[in-house]
Amino acid sequence: MDFDLTEEQRLLKESIDRFAADNARDPAAHSAASDLWPQLAELGVLALPFAEEDGGIGGGAVETMIVMEAIGRALITEPYLPTVVLGGGFLRMGGTAEQRAEFIPQVAEGSLKLAFAQLEKGSRYDLHDVSTTARREGGDFVLDGRKGVVLGGDEAGLLVVTARTAGARRDREGITLFLVDGDAPGVSRQGSPSQHGGRVAEIAFDGVRVPAGRVLGEVDGGLSLAERVVDVALAALCADSLGAMEELHRMTVDYLRTRQQFGVSIGSFQALQHRAADMLVAVEQARSMAVYAAMMAEEPDARERRAAIAAAKAQVNRSGRLVGQEAVQLHGGIAVTWEYKAGHFFKRLTANDMLFGDTDHHLRAVMADGGLVHEI
Amino acid sequence: MDLRYTPEEIAFRDDLRRFFREKVPAEIRRKVAEGRHLDKEDIVTSQRILNAAGLATPNWPVEWGGKDWSPVQRYLFTEELQRAAVPLPLQFNVFMVGPVIAAFGSEEQKRKFLPATANLDIWWCQGFSEPGAGSDLASLKTRAEKRDGKYVVSGQKAWTTLGQHADWIFCLVRTDREAKKQRGISFLLIDMKSPGITVRPVITIDGAHEVNEVFFDEVEVPAENLVGEENRGWDYAKFLLANERTGIARIGLSKQRLARAKRLAQETEAGGRTLWEDTDFRRRVAEIEVGLKALEITQMRVVANQRHRDADKPDPASSILKIKGSELQQATTELLLEVAGPYALPAPEHDRPEGWNEPAVSPEWADAAAPLYLNYRKVSIYGGSNEIQRNIIAKAFLGL
Repeated sequence: MDFDLTEEQRLLKESIDRFAADNARDPAAHSAASDLWPQLAELGVLALPFAEEDGGIGGGAVETMIVMEAIGRALITEPYLPTVVLGGGFLRMGGTAEQRAEFIPQVAEGSLKLAFAQLEKGSRYDLHDVSTTARREGGDFVLDGRKGVVLGGDEAGLLVVTARTAGARRDREGITLFLVDGDAPGVSRQGSPSQHGGRVAEIAFDGVRVPAGRVLGEVDGGLSLAERVVDVALAALCADSLGAMEELHRMTVDYLRTRQQFGVSIGSFQALQHRAADMLVAVEQARSMAVYAAMMAEEPDARERRAAIAAAKAQVNRSGRLVGQEAVQLHGGIAVTWEYKAGHFFKRLTANDMLFGDTDHHLRAVMADGGLVHEI
Repeated sequence: MDLRYTPEEIAFRDDLRRFFREKVPAEIRRKVAEGRHLDKEDIVTSQRILNAAGLATPNWPVEWGGKDWSPVQRYLFTEELQRAAVPLPLQFNVFMVGPVIAAFGSEEQKRKFLPATANLDIWWCQGFSEPGAGSDLASLKTRAEKRDGKYVVSGQKAWTTLGQHADWIFCLVRTDREAKKQRGISFLLIDMKSPGITVRPVITIDGAHEVNEVFFDEVEVPAENLVGEENRGWDYAKFLLANERTGIARIGLSKQRLARAKRLAQETEAGGRTLWEDTDFRRRVAEIEVGLKALEITQMRVVANQRHRDADKPDPASSILKIKGSELQQATTELLLEVAGPYALPAPEHDRPEGWNEPAVSPEWADAAAPLYLNYRKVSIYGGSNEIQRNIIAKAFLGL
């Protein structure tokens, strides 16, 4: 049992933390933020999770946690999660040698962004609820359907799309993953700014032709790969929320120390001290589960992995709600203004809460196989 | 980062697991599992079994019967002990007065008390709280005056847990009434058979006799029963309260209770099916399990980081473990209460005030649920109430 970072991980943390501190987003500044993508490529973090033989650095879930925690703490909005964690996860865990050779170097150098087009109007958080169809036509597949709330969907050069090649809408079998060019004929995208600070898109697929060589993984058997990749992304999201919570708690405690009312700093009031203490408890519980999620993200036993990741997301969601709401309350009115950063962390936490499953969804998943605690 | 244990740690854990189940009588473990009050003999028997195997006082210095275990081994010991529903070694002996005597006592005190304390030949109780000194412990008023080379003690102690069984009491007493309140306190060891001591039972809400009031009327205490230096008792008390960081959350105990609640829910009919099939019930279990898993990892982080810790730096860890650990203990007793449902109402045969002698009418496990639930409201009050823990976090760590 060991919670220490290796020397390489410590160096990675130092450099990404420094980068994040220098480039922390201030959404209150109305001028357009500069694009950090080329710098992230230069730092090497876009190559982080890929195997060395594919042109990557060979980092694991702990390395991803280190990067995502810094991204959350600095409110960085570049599409690291959709491109490197989700899209990259599909390529490295499910891609053929040809697919990896074609796309991974482009991701690593920063010239290709990816997105995972999975969610549909009625599916909410169920990965297996897929109505979009892919029928065979000659050697190709033809995709029809609509995907929603696709993270980074309007700027992605390549989309990973779930579509049904067999079975009924909610069957676990019969789902296939496709690599689809973002500007392929028949793809239309409507982007929107998102509450988490980045962008999302609604994407329609109308008779989009996809060659068989762009099938990712097994035909009809794509769900377990999707679940594995989404679990890796959930662990990363937990770290993003942790980073946001840490910074929000720090800001709140600072504010309690400096804000004067009734002739004293408001941090001298016990009613507020106890709430700040409860926020710390929530942050530490979230930190534990973010660490746990990183350590379990690539666990081969699917049942154990699913229960662990679901538990982590449920805890991080709960902590995020408490920390976000309390931070706003302890700041007072200033935190519900666009001008002040605390509210933007609150929005980030609120959005992360609903990405890839809310608390109810994950609590159900925790209990699906009988839970975490058993008699011995 | 690695959550896994080494093969040596797994072997260590499995040995303990086997030992606890094979050597500690099943009847005693059943009482613990059901959350019933233990007889004095149960606690003595269990501790002597542990002590004979060198396992009663692993936290003590090696020369006095402790183990040179790693933090992970200590953690595994506590976890396995609780999961096997073995009674915790008497905490007043093992986690409180024993370490204080070992650290600050005279050689003579160590020889006289430590082996007997480990084997529970001496049963200790704690004389800290008073009617007017609860959370504000340092305002205690029980005084000890030096007369003819002896201390003469007068005053009253409150909430003395299991004091009815005790041979000795370790007390915080005021030896200097002029000094600032923390400075005039001394740590005295007092024989409960001394003339002038009266123990009055306090029956708690669950009908049990667990706590007492102890009155001291001009009780003479030999001067050699002072631990360490006069007027430094507050330092020793702080050492004592900070001593057992990894056991405070009682995670093994909560896991054992939770696992039991789940099994009982599978055996309990409700609405034409089992309670376990009720999604509302399972949701509540899931919420507790998630919090418990998070706290377990928090505890493991604390254990793993002990070797890096700067002892002088404020660390909120023990306060976090206390707050969350007590909340989760209470949540598991609440869950058991709800599994018992209407059969939580009839009082059990054991925990009844005198005069109630009818036989029990509930299924055997169910009648223990309400007393346990009622009794466990104590865990967020004792050991520094959860509000005091929040004060500590706010002041010492957040700098508010």
